[in-house]
Amino acid sequence: MTSVLYDVPGPKARRRSLIASIATGLLLAGALAWVIATLAGEGLFDAERWDIFQDPLVWAALGNALLVTLQVAVLASVLAVLVGSVFAVLRLSSLKIVRVPVTVVLEFFRGMPVLLMMFFILILFATSQYWAVVMGLALYNGAIIGEALRSGIVALPKGQREAGLALGLSPLKARLLIEFPQAFRAMTPIIVAQLVVLLKDSSLGYIVGLEELVRRQRTLAEFYGFSQYGFSFFVITLLAFLIVNLTLSWFARRLASRTPGGRGPRRAARAAIGESADTTVIRTAGAGGA
Amino acid sequence: MQFLIESGDVLLEGFLATLRMLALTVLLALPLGVVLAAMRISPVPSLRWVATGFTELLRNTPLTLVFFLLVFVVPRLGVVVDFQISAVIALTLYTAPFYAEAIRSGVNSVPVGQAEAARSVGLTFSQTARFVIIPQALRSVVPPLINVTIALTKNTSVAGGFLVFELFASSRRLANSYADETIAIFLAVAACYLLVTIPLGRIADRLEKKVAVMR
Repeated sequence: MTSVLYDVPGPKARRRSLIASIATGLLLAGALAWVIATLAGEGLFDAERWDIFQDPLVWAALGNALLVTLQVAVLASVLAVLVGSVFAVLRLSSLKIVRVPVTVVLEFFRGMPVLLMMFFILILFATSQYWAVVMGLALYNGAIIGEALRSGIVALPKGQREAGLALGLSPLKARLLIEFPQAFRAMTPIIVAQLVVLLKDSSLGYIVGLEELVRRQRTLAEFYGFSQYGFSFFVITLLAFLIVNLTLSWFARRLASRTPGGRGPRRAARAAIGESADTTVIRTAGAGGA
Repeated sequence: MQFLIESGDVLLEGFLATLRMLALTVLLALPLGVVLAAMRISPVPSLRWVATGFTELLRNTPLTLVFFLLVFVVPRLGVVVDFQISAVIALTLYTAPFYAEAIRSGVNSVPVGQAEAARSVGLTFSQTARFVIIPQALRSVVPPLINVTIALTKNTSVAGGFLVFELFASSRRLANSYADETIAIFLAVAACYLLVTIPLGRIADRLEKKVAVMR
């Protein structure tokens, strides 16, 4: 990495940097060794804590729960994009009677925790945990995606809409056929990044009582003895989430770097995503994560 | 009538607990975020790697799992602390990388010419950072920092699922005792969260416009 902030290091600076690197390296290795030694001292790497994973049934149970997590996430993602598209178009409506209530609802959904939404969907509509989680995720992320799409539409050059109207399209048609597709393409990286957040949030199903990966690993750990297997199940679950999420984040970043540099919204989208892969830092989406 | 009195008390208590947790986490996570951001732009490669690794690890882990680790797994390893403290630690670990990224993107938003000019005048790395980059970056850094804080406000609700009493937990308790008043409880609790998140969002928006005009 070269930077204008400092010169290409000369021999002296390189030596100093090397010393600093070795020092932090040693410090880190020491800390890591201490953690591993402590964990080993607790017997966490003993075979008896991990023997459970020889049983294919355990893997099947974890795999099924991972499927539930992914299923919830995929279903909620599709719904969230649909909800977001509708929100975006309605919020830009020229009719005050449509625009104002939609704006209020959007603010309401964006400003409260997803968890609260899931919990009250669960008891107010007496649905299953599965649908409470799916609908909670869909509405909350839909509101955030809607805001992103809206800012994408607003950032388009005015000429796009005017050209559409000049060709004789109705205002709604100009929005749906000319502006929306461009905004959607420009905002795709942000939408994908938000879907990574959605996938992470699907684990909130644990609190609402959905038998997804986090809850399943706890159930299993408790069934086989939490003090013996609690740690190993946690490690496996963490690895599963990291693999799925890192793949998705990588995909989001790739998508962002492949989005051709254009004016307005594309650049905004690229800037937002290039800086931080999974927070939607654009000002319309104060989502931040989880 | 009894509903109003009792629920008001419980809600207020929950709201205050949430605010306390929020304040504590900001106080801890913000400095940690600054350190992480400084490490990520530093000339020493190993510092960059450590910060990048930490950031990537925590940003791709669900907050629920971070809580699970600190509330259920760590105590079994012999480190027993109060749940409230575990919750603040979990939120801090999770939020700090997001703060760091916000700061880093603010630093990156300072035009390269500024750094080049500073360097060509002969300022060193630390002088460039202190007198040229940071004062300018601070301005554009505030709105994303506020956005992360808004997300944090909403994330405090996860603590309610891990044995900590706060606003979300208080809504659960109330919904259990007053099944007929569920809608009222929901709206009241949502209003409490909105009371924090919407004003913060407005401030961020306004600051952002100000910064945008100056550029």
